[in-house]
Amino acid sequence: MNSLEFTIQQIINAVSLGSLYAMVAVGLSMVFGILKMTNFAHGDMMMTGSYATVLLSALGVPFPIAIVAGIAVSALTGILAERIAYRPVRGAPDVTLLLTSLALTYVLENLAILIFSGSPRSFPTPDWMNEVFAFSDGAITFTSVDIISSTSAILSLLGLGWFVSHTTTGLGMRAAAEDMAAAALVGLDINRLIVIAFAIASGFAGLAGMLWAAQSGIIEPDMGFSPLLKAFVAAIVGGFGSIAGAVLGGYLLGALEILIVGFGPTELSPYRDAIVFALLIVFLLFRPGGIMQANREVKL
Amino acid sequence: MTDTPPLLTVRDLTVKYDAVVALDAISLGIRQGESVALIGANGAGKSTLLRTISGLIRPASGDISYNGQSIRQSSPQAILRGGIAHCPEGRRLFGALTVEENLRLGACTRDDAAAVRRDVERVEEMFPIIAERRKQAAGTLSGGEQQMVALARAMMSSPRLLMLDEPSLGVAPLVTKLIFAQLAEMKRSGTTILLVEQNVKLALALSDRAYVLRTGRIALEGEAHALADDPRVFHAYLGVNE
Repeated sequence: MNSLEFTIQQIINAVSLGSLYAMVAVGLSMVFGILKMTNFAHGDMMMTGSYATVLLSALGVPFPIAIVAGIAVSALTGILAERIAYRPVRGAPDVTLLLTSLALTYVLENLAILIFSGSPRSFPTPDWMNEVFAFSDGAITFTSVDIISSTSAILSLLGLGWFVSHTTTGLGMRAAAEDMAAAALVGLDINRLIVIAFAIASGFAGLAGMLWAAQSGIIEPDMGFSPLLKAFVAAIVGGFGSIAGAVLGGYLLGALEILIVGFGPTELSPYRDAIVFALLIVFLLFRPGGIMQANREVKL
Repeated sequence: MTDTPPLLTVRDLTVKYDAVVALDAISLGIRQGESVALIGANGAGKSTLLRTISGLIRPASGDISYNGQSIRQSSPQAILRGGIAHCPEGRRLFGALTVEENLRLGACTRDDAAAVRRDVERVEEMFPIIAERRKQAAGTLSGGEQQMVALARAMMSSPRLLMLDEPSLGVAPLVTKLIFAQLAEMKRSGTTILLVEQNVKLALALSDRAYVLRTGRIALEGEAHALADDPRVFHAYLGVNE
């Protein structure tokens, strides 16, 4: 096999995988930045949107509309989670917040099992999404889903970058992440910022969930768990609480996994998750602030 | 002057951190256009009083009224919109954001873009270094520069009452002088000022009146020029710092 073509193929794979990690990590990091809370239920926002999309498309709603509606359902789940579960315990010790988010995970996943059963369902992507593009006699192949996931991820992440650096609300979110009390003193509405952070974070998770489902072809109640763990590593490697860091971490992690699988010795491939988590431990030990050195604690 | 109704009235205000009483039934008043200093040793409750007025801390009992209305239950945002700005101790700038972005957030409660632009020009005139550092991350500025930006950020809400917490702390003497000269100018143009300041001489020079706080109570109050010569002011300090 031509090594140039092989490399191009692996770059496509890395960007595609990295985009998914980045989109999940960005939400995890946003919520952590502002609330200093690891939202373990974040992965379930991937799930609620995907189920909504499947349900709507089974009811005959055109697929693109079902996708947008699914993302909206994810965002709404995030807003409700903040309102019902997290706001009442805001300011409580970290352990309380952590347990609340774990409890919410169980509630959401079991609710999904109750309504849709625990067995996987197929994610009915229309044919135009499964179109295969092959070049150089199949040495380079990718599907429409690859293109859609990479471009939608990159575009939405660029949009987010613009939002947090050019709008007052976006700047306010970064300000609140850095110093909540000072943000309140300049007159920012903290509750509103937190709700918006949850909505955006969960919307991104929803989009990522759908692209994930389109790649794998199935959805299941705990589909968010594995990407959540990877996104968690990505967010920490980038710098927990930093949005740019989460994006960087997501793409680095995607690249690392593809590097292991595509270029490492075959015996190493089964250990790719182990290597990823070893990387997490290395960062936690030697550079807990991540590449961006984010989340330096601010005292009240 | 004495017959003007106060702009801000604090009545029997008690604030507790768990079981610790930080403010013990404090009462004070500030009239429109007046400059009032709060002095006292560390832990006397000065910062706690400012934080309670701006709505960051809820009092255990007592009341705060501003412009004739109770603001005891109001959110920090509502209090700021009402015209009370708080420039906190330690400056508390958003270090990752630029100077310009910090000022923009200082004006986030205002809709009148043209007036906001005029105010940016005004603070840049007061402190020319702000214009020079406009695109720089606030966290990279020196202590004195940060203090000027923090003051400017508080001014961007166009406050009627400006509360300042230790504006000279960690600031070079020359910059302190510049900041206090600008505060005096603001006072002349009608801004009401409530100043917490460890430098007693500086504080009393700017103010009309002063309250001396000692372990959560008002130990002494009076005209600033009278207190400047009162040895009890310094005893109030030393008494706590034994």
